[in-house]
Amino acid sequence: MKFTLSWLKDHLETEASATQVVAAMTMAGLEVEHVTDPATKLAAFTVAKVVSAEPHPNADRLRVCQVDTVDGRKEIVCGAPNARAGLTTVYAPIGAYVPGLGVTLVEKPVRGVVSNGMLCSGSELEADDGSEGILELSDDLAVGTPASQALGLEAVIDFEVTPNRPDWLGVAGIARDLAAAGVGTLKDLSIAPVPGTFPCPISVKVDGDACPVFSGRLIKGVKNGQSPKWLADRLKAIGLRPINTLVDITNLITYDRARPLHVYDAAKLVGDVIEARLGHGKAEVTPGDQPSHAEHHDEQLIALDGKTYDITPEMSVISDAGGNRPIGLGGVMGGESTGCSEATTDVFLESAWFDPIRTAQTGRVTGINSDAQYRFARTVDTGSLVPGLELATRLILELCGGEPSDVVVAGEAPAAPGPILFDPAYVQALSGLDIAPERSLKILTDLGFAIAPPEGLAAAEFATHVESVVSVTPPTFRRDVDGKADLVEEVARIAGYAALPSTPLPEVARAVGGVLTPRQARARVARRALAAAGYNEVVSWSFTSTSTAVLFGGGAAELVLANPIASDLDCMRPSILPNLIEAAGRNARQGFPDVALFEIGPVFHGDRPQDQKTTIAAILAPHAPRGWDKAPAQDLFSVKADLIALLEELGAPVASLQTAQGSTSSWWHPGRSARLQLGPKAVLAEFGELHPMVLKALDVAGPVYGFEIVLEAIPEPKKKAVKTKPAFTPSPLMPLTRDFAFVTDKAKPAGDLVKAAAGADKALITAARVFDVYEGPGVPDGSKSIALEVMVQPRDKTLTEAEIEALSAKIVAAVEKVGGKLRG
Amino acid sequence: MTDLTTLEADVLAQVAAAGDLAALDAVRVAALGKTGSISGLLKTLGAMSPDERKERGAAINVLRDRAQTALNDKKAALEAAALDARLASETLDLTLPAPYRRKGSVHPTMQTMDEMVAIFAEMGFAVAEGPDIEDDFHNFTALNFPPKHPAREMHDTFFFNTKEDGERMLLRTHTSPVQVRTMLSQKPPIRIIAPGRTYRMDSDATHTPMFHQVEGLVIDKGIHMGHLKWTLETFLARFFESDTVTTQFRPHHFPFTEPSAETDVQCDRSGGEIKIGQGTSWLEILGCGMVHPNVLRACGIDPDEYQGFAFGMGVDRLGMLKYGMPDLRDMFASDGRWLAHYGFSAFAAPNAASGLS
Repeated sequence: MKFTLSWLKDHLETEASATQVVAAMTMAGLEVEHVTDPATKLAAFTVAKVVSAEPHPNADRLRVCQVDTVDGRKEIVCGAPNARAGLTTVYAPIGAYVPGLGVTLVEKPVRGVVSNGMLCSGSELEADDGSEGILELSDDLAVGTPASQALGLEAVIDFEVTPNRPDWLGVAGIARDLAAAGVGTLKDLSIAPVPGTFPCPISVKVDGDACPVFSGRLIKGVKNGQSPKWLADRLKAIGLRPINTLVDITNLITYDRARPLHVYDAAKLVGDVIEARLGHGKAEVTPGDQPSHAEHHDEQLIALDGKTYDITPEMSVISDAGGNRPIGLGGVMGGESTGCSEATTDVFLESAWFDPIRTAQTGRVTGINSDAQYRFARTVDTGSLVPGLELATRLILELCGGEPSDVVVAGEAPAAPGPILFDPAYVQALSGLDIAPERSLKILTDLGFAIAPPEGLAAAEFATHVESVVSVTPPTFRRDVDGKADLVEEVARIAGYAALPSTPLPEVARAVGGVLTPRQARARVARRALAAAGYNEVVSWSFTSTSTAVLFGGGAAELVLANPIASDLDCMRPSILPNLIEAAGRNARQGFPDVALFEIGPVFHGDRPQDQKTTIAAILAPHAPRGWDKAPAQDLFSVKADLIALLEELGAPVASLQTAQGSTSSWWHPGRSARLQLGPKAVLAEFGELHPMVLKALDVAGPVYGFEIVLEAIPEPKKKAVKTKPAFTPSPLMPLTRDFAFVTDKAKPAGDLVKAAAGADKALITAARVFDVYEGPGVPDGSKSIALEVMVQPRDKTLTEAEIEALSAKIVAAVEKVGGKLRG
Repeated sequence: MTDLTTLEADVLAQVAAAGDLAALDAVRVAALGKTGSISGLLKTLGAMSPDERKERGAAINVLRDRAQTALNDKKAALEAAALDARLASETLDLTLPAPYRRKGSVHPTMQTMDEMVAIFAEMGFAVAEGPDIEDDFHNFTALNFPPKHPAREMHDTFFFNTKEDGERMLLRTHTSPVQVRTMLSQKPPIRIIAPGRTYRMDSDATHTPMFHQVEGLVIDKGIHMGHLKWTLETFLARFFESDTVTTQFRPHHFPFTEPSAETDVQCDRSGGEIKIGQGTSWLEILGCGMVHPNVLRACGIDPDEYQGFAFGMGVDRLGMLKYGMPDLRDMFASDGRWLAHYGFSAFAAPNAASGLS
C-alpha cells in the first residue's frame, strides 16, 4: 500500500515531515517498507532561468546558454531544441548525480566550450512529463526553487498492512491512527449524501451467500474522459495508471477509504436487473484451493483484464440479462462487456460487500489479485457501503456532471460489532503500561470506538471495578477487535510501546536436575562427542526425494508432500543417512572427498507424533591424505570404535549389546553391517558399509561407512536418589593374562568365542580380547584361527598353578561348546 | 716397590687404552681376575713374614683399589659414549607430519541453539518439544487463526495429501504449536522454550524451506508485557554478549498474541556488515506478544485467571547475525569447507561459567 504525504494531509491537519510520519506509523504498527522522497533524490536540482541562448561556435545543434542559477550566472552548453532565452527550467550543478542518466556531472568542454552544469529534461530527473527537450516550467517560479517542489513531486510511502487492519488500506484510516497518535488533527471524514433526482431504473437482487448486500445508483448524462491533472497525478504518484475519470474515481476511493466500487456502462447492460449470485459452473473435483483447469465449466467471464476466467459455484457472480450473463466476479473484477469507456454517458455505480473468505478463494482460483479483491479478502468496512456510493456520486457529478438516481440497496450488511465490557485498569494489568483511564478511553474514542456506560453488567470478572467498567463498541471498520485484550493493544500501541516497563520475571525454583530431559541431554552429549571424534556436524533438510526415501525404507504416501518446494525434496526422510551420503557426494564433486559428517535430527516413519524419532547418524568417506608412515587406512572398524565410544558416552548398556549380523536394513552391505541390539525388538543402532547399489543410486563413490543410532531406543538410566558412586575397591593382587588360539569355522563370528571365553568364569575373568585372526597354512581349509588374550583378576588370593590350569580348562571347554577347538 | 709402581702404570695405561667394554673387561681380568697380575701379587702375601706382609700388603691393596677405580671410571665413560652413539643413531626427523586426524565441529545453528538454551535455563525455562508433522488444530486453529483466514496464507505452509477422512497434515510453520501442546498437557505456571525445525515454502538468500525457531512461553498470574520486555532484553544482551544492546518494541499483528509486537535491536549497518549494540539503525529480531485469550481458552486455561507472553525467534538468523554467516542457504548445504570455517569446537559448550562463546 502506497500513499503520498499530500494525500495524507487531505485528511490530517499536520506539519509533520515524511520522516516524522514514517516514524509515527512505525510506532503505531504500520510497517513502512520503503520511502521514495524526490526532495532527497533531487536535492541538487533547482529552478533556473535561461538569459540567452547563442549558437555554439563549433556545433550546429548545440547552444551556449547564459543561465541565472542558484549558483549565479553560468555558461551552460545545451543540446535541447527548446533551450531559449527566457525559459524557466531546471539546473543541475557540476557534481550532481543525474538519476535518469545514471551519471555524475563533471566539468568538461563540449566541442571546445566548457559547460558549467546542465539543463535537465523530465526524464533525466525520472519525472517524465512525456515532452521532449528540457523542462519548461512556469515563469512564476523563483531561481533556486527546489526542482521537486517546482515539479510537484512528493514523498511516496510504501508500507505493509497486516491482515487484521483492512482499514489501513485507505489513506483516511492511516490519518485516523496518526491523529490518535498525536501527529495531527483528523479532518472531517463524513460524507454528505447526494439526493437522487429520479428513481433508479435498474434494480438489484442478491443471493445472500454470494453477496450479503449490494447497493447502487444510476448517474445519467455524464461526460467521461481523461481525469483532471490532480486526480491523474495522485494515482500516478502511487503507481496506478489513470484510465478514465469514472474508473479513476473508483480507484481513488479504493485507496482513500479502502472502499472498492465498480462502474458499469449502463448502456451495455442487458435488462434492468443486476443480480449477485453464485456461479453456475461445475463443482471443483479436487477439494481445496487448486483450480482444475481441465474441467469444463458452464460459465465463463471475460474480465476487464481481457482474460477469460472459468466460473465455479463457489464464486460470487454479478449478472444481468435475467441472471444469465456474468458481468463481473463480485469483489474481484468486472467484466469487459459492461466496462466504462470515454463514450459512456450513463453509469451504474456499484458499492457492495463481499465475503472475505469467498473473495480470497476466488482470488486464489483465478489468480486475480486486484485492489478490490485484496481489500474484500481482508474485510471491507460494512459501514462504508452507502457512504462510499455517495462519495463517488459527489466526485462523478463534480468531474463528469450528470444526474443521480435514488440509491437502491438489496440485502443486509453483516451485523456491526457488538459492545465489549472493558475495565481500563486491564490496560496496566496486561501491558504493564501505567495509563490513566481517561487517556485510555480518549485513545479508543480517537480511533473511532464508541464508549458508553455498561449495560447489564453481570460479568463476575469486573466485580471489583464496577465503577470504572465501560462498554466499548468497535467501529464497523474495526471488526478485528472482539475482546478486551484487543482494546489493550489499541491503547498500548497508540500510547507507545516505548513506555513499556522492564519488569523482571518472578524468581522460580530451578529444576534440580537441569532443564533438559535425558534424551535432550543425550543429544547434546552426542553432538560434542562426535565433534571431538573428528566428525563435522551438518544440518540437512528433513525432506528427501521419494525415490531416495524408498531406498531407505520410507516413502509412505502419508509422508509425501502435496506441495514440495522441489521435486527432489518431496518426502519426509526415513533416515538421516541419505542426506549425509549425498553431502559426501557434493563435497567430493567439489574436490573434497574425505568427509566425516554427522547429524542429530528427526526421521519420520509416519505422520503421528510418535512416528517421529530422533536419530544420530554419521558417515565416514575415508580419503585421508597419503601418509609417509604407511599407516593402515581407516575402515569400518574405526567407525565401529567411534560408535561404541559414543554409545558408552550416552550411557547405553554397551556390555550387554549383541552385535547381530545378517539382519540389517537393505541399505547396508549385507556382509559388512550389523545391528547393536539388546534383543531383536530393541535395536539401538545399525552400522556398516553402505550398500554399493545405494551409493550408485545416490551417485557417490564408495566405500562409505556409517552408523545410525535411534536415540529413543537407548534405555534411559534409572534415576538415582543420591549421586554417590560405588566404593572404589582395587584388587591388591596382580592381574595375569593367558593366551589361547582356537580353530573354528571360517563363518563363525569371533564375538561368539570371545563371549564364551569371557563367560567361562565371571568372577575371575575381566576381559577376553582377540589379538590375532589367521587363515592359511597350518589351519584347515574353511577354518580360521582366533587368538584370544584372557585377562584374569585374582580376587582374594594369588592363584596357584593348579588353579590357573583349571581356569584355562574351563575357558577351553566353554569355547569348544560354541565351536572353537583349541589349536594344538 | 718399583715393580708395584711399574705394574700400576702398566694397568692404568691398559685401562686408558681400552676402546670398548670388552677390551676393558679383558684388562680387568688380566689385572684383577683370578689369575690376574694384581690378584697374583695378593696371593704372594701368604708366604711373607708378618712385617713384610703388613708393609707389602698395604701397598698392593692401594694398587688394587686404584686399578678398580680406574676400571669403574672408564666403564662409566665407555657406557656414556655408547649411549650417546646409540641416541645419535636414533634421530627422527620430527618435521615429518603426525598421523592425519580429522577436526570435527559443531554446526553454528546447533551452537546457537545451545547458547539460547543455556541463557533461558538460567532464567528458569524448561525445554519443550513437539512433532514437525502437525495437524491443523495445533498449528493454526488453536492459535486463533480463523479457518481460511489470509494470515494462514501468509505462512506458505507445506501440506501433505488430504486423507480419506478429510484430515490434512502439514509441516509446522512455526514452533508455536508446542505452546499449545504444552498448555494442553501441563497446568500453569508454565515457563518453557521450544526449539525446533520449522518449514515454509520459500527459498532465497534469507529464506529456506526449513529453518529453526525457538519459541518461548510464560503463563502465570499477573504476567504482563513488561515481563516480556525484560525477558527479551535480558536474553538479547546475554546472547549478543554486550552490555549495550538497545531494543525497540513495535506494534505488530500475530493471530495468537494480543497485544503483539516485533522487537528490533539497535545496530550499525555502515560498512556492509551489521554490528549489534551500536549505530542508529534498527534490525528486526523476533515477534512476540501477550498470549491471546482465545489461545488460552483453546488450551483450557482461563484467561481471566492466567495470562502470559510468548515469543518466537529464528535461530539460524540470530546465529548468522552473531557470527557473520552471509547466506542462510549455506547453513544447510553441508559443505565441508563451510563447516570447518563457521563450525564450533566440540569443547565450546555454552555455559554460564565460561561464557557463551
